[in-house]
Amino acid sequence: MAESLALDLARIQFGFTISFHIIFPAITIGLASYLVVLEGLWLYTRRTLYRDLYHFWSKIFAVNFGMGVVSGLVMAYQFGTNWSFFSEFAGGVTGPLLAYEVLTAFFLEAGFLGVMLFGWNRVGPGLHFFSTVVVAVGTLISAFWILASNSWMQTPQGFQVIDGRVVPTDWLAVIFNPSFPYRLAHMTVAAFLATALFVGASAAWHLLRGRDQPAIRTMFSMAMWMMVAVAPLQALIGDLHGLNTLQHQPAKLAAMEGHWGGEPDRGQGLPLLLFGWPDMEAETTHWALGVPRLGSLIVTHSWDGTIPGLKDFPAEDRPNAAVVFWSFRVMVGLGLLMILLGALSVLQRWRGRLYHSPGLLRFALVMGPAGLVAILAGWYTTEIGRQPWVVYGLMRTSEAVSPHASGTLALSLGLFVVVYLFVFGAGVAYMLRLVRKGPVTDEGREQGDGGPGHQRHAMRPLSAVRETFDDDGRA
Amino acid sequence: MGIDLPLLWALIIGFGVMMYVLMDGFDLGIGILYPFIPDKHHRDVAMNTVAPVWDGNETWLVLGGAGLLAAFPLVYSVVLTALYIPLMLMLLGLIFRGIAFEFRFKARERERHIWDKAFIGGSFTATFFQGVVLGAYVSGLPVRDGAYTGAPLDWLAPFPLFTGAALVCAYALLGSTWLIMKTEGALQARMVALTRPLAWALLASIMVVSLWTPLRDPAIAARWFSFPNLLWFSPVPLLVAAGWVALLRALRRGRQVAPFVLTLFLMGLGYAGLAISGWPHILPPDIDLWQAAAPPQSLGFALVGALFIIPIILAYTAFAYYVFRGKVRPGDSGYHS
Repeated sequence: MAESLALDLARIQFGFTISFHIIFPAITIGLASYLVVLEGLWLYTRRTLYRDLYHFWSKIFAVNFGMGVVSGLVMAYQFGTNWSFFSEFAGGVTGPLLAYEVLTAFFLEAGFLGVMLFGWNRVGPGLHFFSTVVVAVGTLISAFWILASNSWMQTPQGFQVIDGRVVPTDWLAVIFNPSFPYRLAHMTVAAFLATALFVGASAAWHLLRGRDQPAIRTMFSMAMWMMVAVAPLQALIGDLHGLNTLQHQPAKLAAMEGHWGGEPDRGQGLPLLLFGWPDMEAETTHWALGVPRLGSLIVTHSWDGTIPGLKDFPAEDRPNAAVVFWSFRVMVGLGLLMILLGALSVLQRWRGRLYHSPGLLRFALVMGPAGLVAILAGWYTTEIGRQPWVVYGLMRTSEAVSPHASGTLALSLGLFVVVYLFVFGAGVAYMLRLVRKGPVTDEGREQGDGGPGHQRHAMRPLSAVRETFDDDGRA
Repeated sequence: MGIDLPLLWALIIGFGVMMYVLMDGFDLGIGILYPFIPDKHHRDVAMNTVAPVWDGNETWLVLGGAGLLAAFPLVYSVVLTALYIPLMLMLLGLIFRGIAFEFRFKARERERHIWDKAFIGGSFTATFFQGVVLGAYVSGLPVRDGAYTGAPLDWLAPFPLFTGAALVCAYALLGSTWLIMKTEGALQARMVALTRPLAWALLASIMVVSLWTPLRDPAIAARWFSFPNLLWFSPVPLLVAAGWVALLRALRRGRQVAPFVLTLFLMGLGYAGLAISGWPHILPPDIDLWQAAAPPQSLGFALVGALFIIPIILAYTAFAYYVFRGKVRPGDSGYHS
């Protein structure tokens, strides 16, 4: 009993720290690429509006990046502090992948971030743009490695177990494991979507307050085009990811669908449950409300296809379907709202009311956090859905946990909760304050010519976020 | 197999950790020195000297963690289990220190003191517990069948607490000499005045550790004081003495860069001294680096990347420092414009 409490605490602590963490890299990935586009457009068109937007978003990027760094540092150590037996068992695979992430991504981002944020007046425009591009590429490389590692834990291959630990035998098979391409595409696109929703909501907020400026219009327009192009693409990728899950982690898919099976196949296919409450004890889904055959159509792409049900797996190998069923529905529901937002934006754009439709603007505003919520819901689905395994089919989470007393874990969990709420609460408040302030016209106009290291001005204090607010929040 | 993969990995991780100690050492040191820099503009300048580089400096710590997991999973899992509490406190300290960089400049006037305190408290906590971790690790972590067998509070002992305090002095010295190099005027004069007692404290710390470790552990005494090791290793203490004297002289002569370089040199020597004492145990007192190593397939795969990429990292890190070279001055305002 004490052991299962310690396990639960270790899982809650890991879930808590990684849930906070994932928000920041998601926005980092999206904003870094957005900044590349903005700076590229500035250099190409020389329209100052793009430069103003670049400066505006780079400040928000800086705060967000800082929070990603410190919350990520914790993650690099949580594998060992909380899951020491997992680290010993699988470190031969996950360690090198993490090492590659540090070597090829973290250093790259950190090395060029300083130039990107503080070097506007210290290096030439070309070199500055190069730094922005390198930071963005670094964020994508980072996603590549960490998702390779996570996907290997979901669909492991390319290894042997020798003397009680994993020995990699084929690194290409390890990295390009079956679920990796789908997870990488799904998460990267999710990061772009979440960022576009954040950018779109920021613009909508200003437009609703009558700050109808060209820079803000541009922001809103770009974000809405992203919705149009990327939200449906994400649905397609998600569908393919689901087929992949059916093939490799059928118990997870059964939990996502709240499907218990066990009854004879009457050729009626699988309904798509819109509502229900999977009950792990009673082995059924209460109050199930479904659309006949739609489940078959979606998960098997056929009229009467069926999938293994949870009853086809021993009780000790089943994930908690109540959580997975609902987290999956939250994600999909938000995804559908994103597609709707994109469609409405096309309609209003066509009617010439893109920037003046209060309904659309309010919808975009409330959808601001939707991308991040969908990302969290998606990760809960895939991570709780692969339980009870930490390495699918190989090592159970209960075998991975470090031998800490529950008191120690409770104390450190309490500390993390207090510190994270305070620190990241303040950080998000600062980000929103910057958003509220809006882009400043003609910021950064003094960029001149010259090579690296040529100082163009008396040197200035260097903080990416130079804004100071007086008491009513206006700079 | 001609290549000793575990040995190469031990060297890479050792190098990474040393880079971390030297580089994040001076930014943590600035946080530790903040209480001695009361003036707001001086605090701005001090923080601005490291704002563009601190993140890269901290990345060496992530490399240390990832490198250990990749090359010596046993060490990673045992050290992180055994030293769970001090490591968690260190991480929490690093969180407060890290966010202070961005938040402090964003805060309203009346909020700024919160992030000043976060910067001070975070830097101090992170450094102290890093020192505790170091001391506890050097003291040895008992292991049986791949699991830590000590108690969760074993680190709460005189030697780790002493190394914690010693590291606070050492990082403060790195910070003060860095600021001598990067600033001028009143702030620089203040740093010169602080550097002298800190240099004495570092010397005293090195001497105490140099006496304490061999007294605690006969194997370490034998390593240093048996013949012919005595001859081989005697340059280490001699160079420490010479470097320390040179540091004080550089201060007297008002040198700008030399104090920082000499402090780096002293820290490097102290680090080498600990490595000599511990060799070849990667998990003192019993487990050597070949026993703890990951499978050769893991070591080899990660090594290819490390050997190619670390030189590139060093090159662009140097470039970033070059871009932000020179003195940082107060009074200017406005970022990007």
